[in-house]
Amino acid sequence: MNITNLFKIALKALANNKMRGFLTMLGIIIGVASVITMLAIGQGSKKSIQSQISEMGSNMIMIQPGADMRGGVRQSASAMETLKLIDYRNIVDETRFQAAVSPTVNSSGQVIYGANNKPGTIYGVNQDYLEIRRYSVNDGSMFTEQDIASAAKVCVVGKTVVDELFTNGENPVGKVIRFNKIPFTIIGVLTGKGYNSMGMDQDDVILAPFTTIQKRVLAITHLQGINASAIKEEYTQQAIDEITEILRRNHKLKAEDDDDFTIRSMEELSSMMTSTMNLLTILLASVAGISLLVGGIGIMNIMYVSVTERTREIGLRMSIGARGIDILSQFLIESILISVTGGLIGVVFGVIMALLIKFGANFPIYIQSWSIILSFGVCTLTGIFFGWYPAKKAAQLDPIEAIRFE
Amino acid sequence: MKEIIRLEHIGRDFHVGDEVVHALRDVSFSISEGEFVTIMGTSGSGKSTLLNTLGCLDTPTRGEYYLDGTPVRTMGKNARATLRNRKIGFVFQSYNLLPKTTAIENVELPLIYNPAVSAPARKQKAIESLKAVGLGDRLNHKSNQMSGGQMQRVAIARALVNDPAVILADEATGNLDTRTSYDILILFQRLHAQGRTIIFVTHNSDISLFSSRNILLKDGRIVADTTNENIRSATDALAKLPVEND
Repeated sequence: MNITNLFKIALKALANNKMRGFLTMLGIIIGVASVITMLAIGQGSKKSIQSQISEMGSNMIMIQPGADMRGGVRQSASAMETLKLIDYRNIVDETRFQAAVSPTVNSSGQVIYGANNKPGTIYGVNQDYLEIRRYSVNDGSMFTEQDIASAAKVCVVGKTVVDELFTNGENPVGKVIRFNKIPFTIIGVLTGKGYNSMGMDQDDVILAPFTTIQKRVLAITHLQGINASAIKEEYTQQAIDEITEILRRNHKLKAEDDDDFTIRSMEELSSMMTSTMNLLTILLASVAGISLLVGGIGIMNIMYVSVTERTREIGLRMSIGARGIDILSQFLIESILISVTGGLIGVVFGVIMALLIKFGANFPIYIQSWSIILSFGVCTLTGIFFGWYPAKKAAQLDPIEAIRFE
Repeated sequence: MKEIIRLEHIGRDFHVGDEVVHALRDVSFSISEGEFVTIMGTSGSGKSTLLNTLGCLDTPTRGEYYLDGTPVRTMGKNARATLRNRKIGFVFQSYNLLPKTTAIENVELPLIYNPAVSAPARKQKAIESLKAVGLGDRLNHKSNQMSGGQMQRVAIARALVNDPAVILADEATGNLDTRTSYDILILFQRLHAQGRTIIFVTHNSDISLFSSRNILLKDGRIVADTTNENIRSATDALAKLPVEND
C-alpha cells in the first residue's frame, strides 16, 4: 500500500467526521498557538530587558560604601563613609580594566526655575559618568576638569527636567536653576534615553561636578559611591577584582576582614534578569505545553473511538489482504494528519496572536524560529505518540472477529 | 481439472477455559477449478471454522491446506494477507461495504493492497467488475444509496476484481428477501458458468439445489459429499415465484 493511498484513506476518514476531526484538531491548535505565543512573550520580555540593560551600560560597575553585613551584624550609617576621594584616585591611577571611573554623590531636593519647580536628584559626578551611563550631551556642553577643580556651580540636565521647568520652550542652556537655594547654571542638555527596565526615568537627572555637590550641597568629604565602566563586558569580573584589591589595600583590611564596600555590576543584574526571564519563559511554555499534551490525549481518545467504530472496516480490509502494517499506517497517518494540520493552523494562530499582543497591547514580542520548529515538532511527535497505541490496537485485531463485530 | 483447494486431515482445536473444543476433526476434500460447492451445516457444525480456514483467516491445528498449490498452514500472518489479496474473493452476509463510499471505491479496495496495480488500472478493473455484476449504471452511487441486493452485487464485484482463484461466500443471501436472493444466486450461477470456482457456506439447504456439489458438515466432520446432477436454475426459480401485488 503506497503512501498516497494511505493519505487518501486518512483524508476520507477525516472528511467523514469533519466536526470530530476539527474538535480534535482544536486541542492541538490551541496547544501549539499558546506555546508559540507564550514563548514569544517570554523571549520578547527577555530581549527588551537585555537591550534596556545594555542601554544603561552593561559593563557598568557600581561601588558603594559599607558591606551590607559584617559578621552577621547590619552596619550603622558611620560605616557607610568608607569611600574616600583617594580610593577614586587610586582606581583611576592603577586601573587596567576600567575604561571610565566617576565618583558619585547625590542629593535630592526641589529644583526651581522661575515659577516652575519639581522634585529632583542632583548627581555629583565627573565627565566620565556620561560614558559609564551612556549619556550624551545634545545641546551645550559637559562641564570640564576646570569646573570640577573649582567646584563650579554648573550643571547638565536631562530632557525631563527641561520639559518640566522650561514649559514655554525657551532654550535652557545658560539659564540658572536653583537646587535647594543654590543656583546652578545649565551648560548642557542630555539626549533623551527614556525609561529603563525598572521603570526609572533616565532623563530625570541633573549632573553637576561632584566637588560642587560635596562642598556646596552636602558638605561632606567622603564619596557616596564610585561608578566605573569595564573596558569590555567580558572583563567585568577582572575589573571588580582589581577594584576590590585597591580598596582593601586602601582601607587596610586584613585578610580575614570582610569588605567594607559593595561592588555590583550590571552584568550581575543582567544575568539575574535574564535567568528570571528564562524561568518565566519556561513557566509560560510549560503551561502551554500542558495544553498541547491535553490536545494529544484528545487525539488518542478520538483515535480509540475511531478504531472501535471502524472495527468491521478493519476486519474487511484485513480479510481482503491488508497486512497489520497497512492498518497501522492507515490509523497512524490519520492521527499525524490531525496533529500536523492542527499544528500548522496553530503556528499561524500563534504568530497572529503574538502580533496582536505586540501591536494591540504594545507588549515586547519576539518570535524565534526555533519556537515554531519546536512546537510544530512536538505536535507531530504528539500525533505519532498518541496515535501509535490505538493504531497498534487496530493492527492487532483478529480479522475473523473484527469482520463480525457488531 | 486443476485442483484449487486441497484439505488433508484438517483439524482445528479451540481452547475454551480448560476445555478443548474440536471445531474440525479430520476434514479432507479437494475442490477443482470451476466447481460451485455449497458447504452446509447447522450452527456448531464447524462450517464457520472451515470457512475461516479456507479463507486463510485462520490456520488449522493439524493437517495441511493447499490453496492453488500453496501450503497455507505454516505461513505467517502477512504472507496469508497477501495470499488472500491475490487468491480469494470474499462475499459476506452483511456486505461489509465501506460507508459513505462509492461503488467504484469499494470495489477498488482489494487492489489498493496490491502494489502491482496502478491507480488507473485499478479504476478500470473496478468498472469492469461492476459491469459484470450488472451495476454499470451505479458506479458512483454511495453504499448508503443502494438496496441490499445492490450492495451485495457491489460486494461480489469487489470479490471478483482481483480475479481470484476462489470466491468464498459466507451466507451471501442471508440478509436478503427471497426474490433478491434468487437474483444473487442467478449471478453466482452465471459466474459459475463462466468457469469461476465458488464456495458458498450456508445453513440454508435450499441453496444446495443451485450448486454443483454439496458438502455437509456435522460436529466438525464431513458427513456427506454429493455431486448435484440436477442443478436447478435460479432464473427459473425466480420466474416461478408468485408475483407480489402489494
